[in-house]
Amino acid sequence: MDLILQQTVNALALGGTYALLALGLAVVFSIMGLINFAHGELMTIAGYVLMYCGLAGIPFAVSVPLAVLAPMLAAMAMERVAFRPVRNASGATMLVTSFAVAMILQVLFQNLISARSQPVILPDALSQSVTIGGLIIGVNKLFAILATIVMLIALELFMKKQKHGIAMRAAAEDFAIARLMGIRANTVISAAFALSGLLAGVAAVLWVSQRASVDPLMGFTPVLKAFIAAILGGLGSLRGAVAGGFVLGFIEVFLAAFLPSAWQEFREPIGLSLVVLILILRPNGLIPAATLQAQKV
Amino acid sequence: MSPLLKLEGFKLRYGAVEAVRGIDLEIGTGEIVALLGANGAGKSSTMNGIAGLAPVTEGKVYFDGNDITELPSEEIPISGLTLAPEGRRVFGTLTVDDNLRMGAYAVRDNTSIDASRQHVFDLFPILAERHNQYAGTLSGGQQQMLAIGRALMCNPRLLLLDEPSLGLAPRIVEQVFDLISTLRDQGVTIFLVEQNVAGALEIADRAYMMASGQIIREGSAAAMRASDDMSAAYLGEH
Repeated sequence: MDLILQQTVNALALGGTYALLALGLAVVFSIMGLINFAHGELMTIAGYVLMYCGLAGIPFAVSVPLAVLAPMLAAMAMERVAFRPVRNASGATMLVTSFAVAMILQVLFQNLISARSQPVILPDALSQSVTIGGLIIGVNKLFAILATIVMLIALELFMKKQKHGIAMRAAAEDFAIARLMGIRANTVISAAFALSGLLAGVAAVLWVSQRASVDPLMGFTPVLKAFIAAILGGLGSLRGAVAGGFVLGFIEVFLAAFLPSAWQEFREPIGLSLVVLILILRPNGLIPAATLQAQKV
Repeated sequence: MSPLLKLEGFKLRYGAVEAVRGIDLEIGTGEIVALLGANGAGKSSTMNGIAGLAPVTEGKVYFDGNDITELPSEEIPISGLTLAPEGRRVFGTLTVDDNLRMGAYAVRDNTSIDASRQHVFDLFPILAERHNQYAGTLSGGQQQMLAIGRALMCNPRLLLLDEPSLGLAPRIVEQVFDLISTLRDQGVTIFLVEQNVAGALEIADRAYMMASGQIIREGSAAAMRASDDMSAAYLGEH
């Protein structure tokens, strides 16, 4: 029983990180139909900011906001430089553009910083653990779960109550009509990228605080997982992205914990088979985007 | 007095298809003008071109004396012109309140937004009743009211209405036409696309008749009502 609770905590921490990443992908996809594979490099940027801040002796309470701000600005710059010129191009063109951006950034990290993994200095408190009701929980896990909860609530309030959040949802549903209301395309897309950068930044802080290192390809795997989570949840659906992130987190953690050791090497394919099975049962994902539903007859 | 809206040699093309082939028209302040014609005559294309939803290929659009031909759609509501588009296109995943809030997106003054919202609720009490409901759960008639209400939120001087009666029950159609007259009495100029010719000519002052992307007739609504070649135009045999 304790083991299940313990693994649930782990799954919430990992799933929450996937959920934040998947949300970042979904926010951009819902508005401009772009699957931004350079999302992972936004994470990597945040990771390097944490690394340099650690080397410079900047306190964690200051380096975290910086590590979140940097990918926000980077995401907006990415949109301005790389994605705006192809905004009205096909989905495939935008996808390839995002791969190009990802590769350029990876090469820059390799050549300007280091091709190898670099340690990140983190506060000691993060590697300690606390005991709650007989469970031993790593502070970093607790931090991840709390950060995820705060982010999800803040995002929900922004999307539901704030004029600009509502405008983003309106633009995701019917971009042409949203513009007819006076919602500026450039503003709303730029804001979507800033939001996705913010989410990538928070996810990166959580990711790095589990591993204490950063390398040029750091963002690739988690964003691939987040992409799977976004599809699992229903591409373009924000609630779906959260659901998909947590489901994927649970699948991964529970397979790692409870699969017999002889099967452990097949953990990833078994996990992905479960994802495929869910998609066979719910082809549009767990919580499909409303606009997608409308198109499907 | 100079017209509120003026089109000069207005052409609109989708790829190889020329939907509107050079039309001229004028709408004066305070008028209700109907744009009639069969399916595919180019009526909706004209509306979309004026509102900036589709790019104008050639010619000019003047609103209140200013050239708005090249203005992107997001700049147009600020100038006082708006469109309630064909097929209603309310934001189904937003509440009625939020739809109205988006209609007023270009308006900075909060007191004016509250006043417009109250005005819309006075016109359509059912929207006040359902203000917290998602627009996607409303009936067709209610969605049409919301589409018109949303358009009114930016205090337009000219309201373009594209097929406001399409797909509505006859009783609701009558309500919509009554509402259009009411709006004009409140000082909004109306340019209206309609398939319901009889209904449109009853409330309109003037009308233009389109076929194959061109204007084939224009005149007072009374004269149009009396003419026999209306049905001919609808059958496409002009």
